[in-house]
Amino acid sequence: MRSDPVVQVSGLVKRYGRKTAVDGLDLVARSGITAVLGPNGAGKTTTVESCEGYRKPDSGTVRVLGLDPVREAAALRPRIGVMLQSGGVYSGARADEMLRHVAKLHARPLDVDALIERLGLGSCGRTTYRRLSGGQQQRLALAMAVVGRPELVFLDEPTAGLDPQARRATWELVRDLRADGVSVILTTHHMDEAEQLADDVAIIDAGRVVAQGSPDALCRGGAENTLRFSGRPGLDVASLLKALPADSTAAEPAPGSYRVGGKIDPQLLATVTTWCAQHGVMPEKISVERHSLEDVFLELTGKELRG
Amino acid sequence: MSPETTGTATGTDARTTAAGTYAPSPGAAPLPRMIAAQAVLETKMLLRNGEQLLLTVIIPTLLLVLFSAVDVVDTGDGEAVDFLAPGILALAVMSTAFTGQAIATGFERRYGVLKRLAVSPLPRWGLMTAKTLSVLVTEVLQVILVTVIALALGWSPHGSPFAVLLLLVLGTAAFSGLGLLMAGTLKAEATLAAANLVFLLLLVGGGVVVPLDKFPQAAQDALGLLPITALSEGLRNVLKDGAGMPWGNLGILAAWAVVGLAAAGRFFRWE
Repeated sequence: MRSDPVVQVSGLVKRYGRKTAVDGLDLVARSGITAVLGPNGAGKTTTVESCEGYRKPDSGTVRVLGLDPVREAAALRPRIGVMLQSGGVYSGARADEMLRHVAKLHARPLDVDALIERLGLGSCGRTTYRRLSGGQQQRLALAMAVVGRPELVFLDEPTAGLDPQARRATWELVRDLRADGVSVILTTHHMDEAEQLADDVAIIDAGRVVAQGSPDALCRGGAENTLRFSGRPGLDVASLLKALPADSTAAEPAPGSYRVGGKIDPQLLATVTTWCAQHGVMPEKISVERHSLEDVFLELTGKELRG
Repeated sequence: MSPETTGTATGTDARTTAAGTYAPSPGAAPLPRMIAAQAVLETKMLLRNGEQLLLTVIIPTLLLVLFSAVDVVDTGDGEAVDFLAPGILALAVMSTAFTGQAIATGFERRYGVLKRLAVSPLPRWGLMTAKTLSVLVTEVLQVILVTVIALALGWSPHGSPFAVLLLLVLGTAAFSGLGLLMAGTLKAEATLAAANLVFLLLLVGGGVVVPLDKFPQAAQDALGLLPITALSEGLRNVLKDGAGMPWGNLGILAAWAVVGLAAAGRFFRWE
């Protein structure tokens, strides 16, 4: 499954006038779903648009399915599907009309009627694009990206502005694409989207990739985790700390509520419960808190993500 | 909600579409099919747009009927319709190839249509070919409409149909170049305003409905170099006066076509 890279970006630099949007970015995406995560202005769209052939790098190289997206655009274009952040449709075109048109540009497109039904676009009827709701416009753009049966799909903020139900429908389609062997690169500033969907997450900040890995690995590796339990108030925290490995912490932030910090593994959990048994304490509500991507992101960039 | 669940929804239970539906099978459609599909869509969009129809159908028709029936402007010797029909044909070409195309393309650029099509299998030259085909189809419809109305008003055309065709084609090339140059460099709103203003100015000053000799001699010389004047006067020389090849007018149109298309090719920005 994780074979040759579908996207390989090295040392990408892209400036707009005096502003450097992407500043020496390295990114390798393999088959499956790769989420490019970052706050607004981090360089996500510029990176993706460089892969789609819209932007000529000021320096560095970009390869998509082994091709140069600018010089070998003609060979690459039929093999990729693109969902722009907004627009891309004639304002006077109906949803089904535009989708059928994009299908006609491809050799073996999907069944358009089935796709329309799948994405709930059938209700658009004779409404022209400019009068569709934001959610309908988003779903049409998604449909246009997949209708040509591409090997690789780029989705720029695919669920921005969608209600929870429509988001879930989009996620389901993205998972179906993956199951059928389509690779997906998506940008998002929603942590849960990256956590839910991605095999691999690249966190971008200020035009560079600051971390990349599976959501699990990022959450495990990035930061210390926390174990909490409740017991009777006033336990000897200093004694507990002595039983723990050297780089751990232990505290009683509120009476009867205890917090252990450090590398939380099965051995440490055993150490804590053993200590409790030795001191006649029944630890209740034991919980291990994994760090979320949100925490990892905050630690890496010192910034909160919007949304 | 943990990441471990990622991908489990791809099991058969959660799927609403048969497995393998989205299996990659990429490929571009044959070029002629892509270009034909694009030309059909472009034409549909144009004919569906109310403002475009006002420019391309209603205004030329109204001017032809109105100015033939009512003696608003002194059109010189002979039937008014013999003077007006060639001018209205020139206006029809300008309204579609220049004004209509500039406005439509400007908004396609603004709304990311050109951007989205740029990553489709349709090459850019294919898109431009389709746009040209769409303009030509519209012009054929316009020419039929104007001809039928003019004949009903008593028009008696002369001259070689080949000369007329050549004038119309070169006029289309000249106006397309200028329209695309405007659409590809200005903001959509600026294109909208400027294209309409130019349409109005050239309608008045380009020998369409007002004879050129109503203007002072110095102005006539300058106006004669405009593409609309070259087209309307060229068509009039042939259709009204039965002249042979109007080489002078054709030369002016060819020059505008070369300059306009070259500039559009050089300066057109897709986003």
